[in-house]
Amino acid sequence: MSKINPENIARSRRWSEEELIDQLAWGKVTALARLITLVENDPAVMARVLPMVQPVLGRAFCIGLTGPPGAGKSSLASRLTGVLRSAGQKIGVIAVDPTSPFSGGAFLGDRIRMQDHCLDPGVFIRSMATRGSLGGLARSTGDVIKLMDVYGCDYILVETVGVGQTELDIMQATDVTVVVLVPEGGDSIQAMKAGLMEIGDIFVINKSDRPGAEGLAVLLRGVLEMNPRYGSAIPPVLLTRGTDGQGVPELAGAILDRRHNLEGADLEARRRERRKAEFEEILKRAVVQEWRKLTDSDETVGNLLAGVAAGGKDPYTALLEIFPRGCIKLRTD
Amino acid sequence: MGKMRPIKVLVAKPGLDGHDRGAKVVAMGLRDEGMEVIYTGLRQTPEKIVQAALQEDVDVIGLSCLSGAHNRLFPEIVRQLRENGKEDTLVIAGGHIPDKDISFLQDHGVRAVFGHGIPVKSIAEFIRQNVAAD
Repeated sequence: MSKINPENIARSRRWSEEELIDQLAWGKVTALARLITLVENDPAVMARVLPMVQPVLGRAFCIGLTGPPGAGKSSLASRLTGVLRSAGQKIGVIAVDPTSPFSGGAFLGDRIRMQDHCLDPGVFIRSMATRGSLGGLARSTGDVIKLMDVYGCDYILVETVGVGQTELDIMQATDVTVVVLVPEGGDSIQAMKAGLMEIGDIFVINKSDRPGAEGLAVLLRGVLEMNPRYGSAIPPVLLTRGTDGQGVPELAGAILDRRHNLEGADLEARRRERRKAEFEEILKRAVVQEWRKLTDSDETVGNLLAGVAAGGKDPYTALLEIFPRGCIKLRTD
Repeated sequence: MGKMRPIKVLVAKPGLDGHDRGAKVVAMGLRDEGMEVIYTGLRQTPEKIVQAALQEDVDVIGLSCLSGAHNRLFPEIVRQLRENGKEDTLVIAGGHIPDKDISFLQDHGVRAVFGHGIPVKSIAEFIRQNVAAD
């Protein structure tokens, strides 16, 4: 049976970031694994690494899988991986699970469902905890997608829990978002709620052997048709069974159709929005970080913050003292 | 210095035994101790466990085996880890492991064996003391 390929050995603990990037581009498993760890633990790492890889990004097509817990997303991800692999494509899978707000720890249990792919050198599976991020993905999930792109993945599947109210990161981070629902009661009400209904490019009703599946499909299509945003072309609503893979080839087909239809202007437009949003996130973090340093090191700033904390000074007035309107300027030196 | 990053643990069940309640109790307990825990599921081969450890870049591997095959499986896992440059990974074990086998396992890279009834807090403490520094 397959032994670990010695070519994938890289004693990564002792390599520099530049060397790891080099190995990453050559498809070394340990380099990808180590770089993911580094970017996950320290935002400054991606700040150094991204300029090195920016020119080669954009080849991987990223698929998001979201939906309520228990919908069978992981099993579906595994089946979908199998279908995409049969065409010889290299697949990356990122399985995101929530960090406990009490302990800071996490139980990352999605990998269990991917047993079929554990020894396939063409499939790289990584589990990630949200670590306090509230949008459904970890802060660094976008970075990990980029690293997998450089590594050579043709498709990247990102899987996370979402009930559509605050977990909307997935829509922005991926090229196509698949919303996975189950036929159980309550879903018909849930289906009406904003958020989940608006982020899906493709809708899937999993566990389709359960009663109510067809009915939910009809209901969903009805709701989608009422949305003026879609006009005559509503997103596909598909029925699948993650347990035996029924409906999964059709799901893969719908994803590839979507990719084909998106190719060119629309895909680029979506990616453009993503880059803008990512930049805003990075900017926000940098500003807050800088601000926190100043409150420690600068007396005037520290006093201002103390004034706000004591309740004497309202935050909007305080803001105008640090940040008058029109003060963002590009460096000219 | 910023706050410490979470320790990543792979809880794995090598071999053919079908009982994972103990492994899950430890996994959940370590999560409650602030660690990020990946559970492999039952009936894992050494190759699958090592591949998971490589991809997930874990700090610790906890091996649970109740079938008695630990003397064969655990050293094999350690050997494959070393072959892949992962000698720094902390390997610990639990399950049905007789006292007489403990020193054999320790000679073959298993740093500690935690028998039944050891509180998860002690396991967590051991991990914190012995995990390789960044």
